[in-house]
Amino acid sequence: MKRYEQFPHTADIGIRVYGSDLKELFENAAFAMFDVIADLEGLKGSIEQDIELNAPNREELLVSWLDELLYNFYTKQIIFFKFEIAELTNDHIKAKTFGRPVGSNRNRLKAEIKAITYHNLKIEKTDDGFKVEIVLDV
Amino acid sequence: MPVWDGPLEKIDEYRWRIPKSYKSGMRVDGIIYAGEKMLKDIRSDKAAEQVANVAFLPGIVKHSLAMPDIHWGYGFPIGGVAATDVEAGGAISPGGVGFDINCGVRLVRTNLREEDLRTRLKDLVYALYNDIPAGVGSKGDIRISEAEERKLLVEGAKWVVDHGYGRAEDLDCTEERGAIKGADPDKVSMRAYERGKNQSGTLGSGNHFLEVQVIDTIYDEADAGALGLEKGQVMLMIHSGSRGLGYQVCDDYSKGMIRCLSKYGIDVPDRQLACAPVNSDEGKAYLGAMKCAANYAWANRQCLMHLARNVFEKVFHMGPKDLGMDLIYDVAHNIAKIEKYNIDGRERTLCVHRKGATRAFPPGHPDLPEKYKKIGQPVIIPGDMGRNSYLLVGTNKAEETFYSTCHGAGRLLSRSAAIKISRGRSISRELENKGIIVKSSGRETLAEEMPEAYKDVNEVVGVVQGAGISKRVCRMKPLGVIKG
Repeated sequence: MKRYEQFPHTADIGIRVYGSDLKELFENAAFAMFDVIADLEGLKGSIEQDIELNAPNREELLVSWLDELLYNFYTKQIIFFKFEIAELTNDHIKAKTFGRPVGSNRNRLKAEIKAITYHNLKIEKTDDGFKVEIVLDV
Repeated sequence: MPVWDGPLEKIDEYRWRIPKSYKSGMRVDGIIYAGEKMLKDIRSDKAAEQVANVAFLPGIVKHSLAMPDIHWGYGFPIGGVAATDVEAGGAISPGGVGFDINCGVRLVRTNLREEDLRTRLKDLVYALYNDIPAGVGSKGDIRISEAEERKLLVEGAKWVVDHGYGRAEDLDCTEERGAIKGADPDKVSMRAYERGKNQSGTLGSGNHFLEVQVIDTIYDEADAGALGLEKGQVMLMIHSGSRGLGYQVCDDYSKGMIRCLSKYGIDVPDRQLACAPVNSDEGKAYLGAMKCAANYAWANRQCLMHLARNVFEKVFHMGPKDLGMDLIYDVAHNIAKIEKYNIDGRERTLCVHRKGATRAFPPGHPDLPEKYKKIGQPVIIPGDMGRNSYLLVGTNKAEETFYSTCHGAGRLLSRSAAIKISRGRSISRELENKGIIVKSSGRETLAEEMPEAYKDVNEVVGVVQGAGISKRVCRMKPLGVIKG
């Protein structure tokens, strides 16, 4: 199954993310965001970070999850590329994430994502899992 | 196939109405400023639907407006203007300002002529590229404690001027003198402080830029003369915003205001339009934080201009006096402002959202500096890096748009579409063949920002001139471009 694809959005970047279950959808959304930020090909992990979050509902949890990773990217200068979600409910997520310091990988950086928007955000059930369209402000 | 096939009723040559009957919940009509030829592009994305959605905002006055550089955003369209009546429960929406709070432009004159640059343009562009931090994750040279940062958020451009970045008279030519009153650093989250730290004096990436330009057309000799401008003169334009601090402020409050929808019984068709009454605790808190981010952005552009002035001095071996690099004006195009208007014969206090739209005060407006009282507020309209940019001034007729006008060319192609059509081409070589030297730090920035990705700014400005909501003074063309 395709992890994600970009869809055209005039001003910003749209990503359409797929997952056979919700855990995979959340993992793939995080991967898609960092794939937009940097060239992840061949990147090996050296930093592990645990993330645990709560939010009022599934959509807002998805945005909070991506926000948390984006915040860590900017303030700790880590490019994340692998995500393992241990627990996921409609309002709670617990995950292990893997990344590499920006440091000598600066030339991998492609785009500055300002934020994850709520524009038309809706997680949908499909025949073979779930799908969501997310607009990233760049 | 148009993406949007809703109603656009012709009002006159430059205005198109989306009647409020289009969608249940619209409180006022939508009005889009555009030429007939532009309608096809406008229908090619969902921006017009967003104009209709903005008309749902509580307390919205007159119309939900869009300028001719309108394109699809998130929540508000880019190019959107909406004013809400503060005393009548009018709402403020972080999505109506955007993530890049006080993204804006400043224009600086010089005493240099185009011929002075002929042999030194490349040196100048490379030196600017070297000395001005740009691109993803770049850091500026202002490193300050949290206590000082809080001061900067209140004092804005003045704080950086006091610390050696520029001159006191620069503040006279900055909207709000570079520090809007009412900024409340307590309303800015730790996360926003963290993301803004080390980013003062950085350009950013995407469509942010620093350009060396030359005036190629004068439209109004008298106004140009009053501004000390003539054909062939070299100019500097800077486009940047509030960096990570502003993005995080918008993020924090967009989230918080989703709760306000049920709390205040507000119905909007898109979560990104989440809002609260301006006079509620949540509305006031956002405004206090938004003003901090706005001040941060004015400080940032002040700092960038100072760095650029230093580069000019170094490259041309000239002092500040001989270079004559005076600030013409600095104006925001992503902001919400509290302004007073006469509506139906009564003065009302409005919260004017300008999301990708520029304030354009007319001659005589009390908030203008003395030197611009006669000609009106300078309005700076950047175009794409291959065509033109404009300097306009505000007009009385713009009262119909809450003294607002366009903010740029407006995107036409998505970034991925631009990258696709640029494959196998060298955008920098194409521009160099036209006499434009470009330097960029991002690998895909030049492709994303290629001229064909934008509408023609000449057409956009033609509409605001034709509709009378601002007046052309002069046009610039780019010579050197620094992109993030």
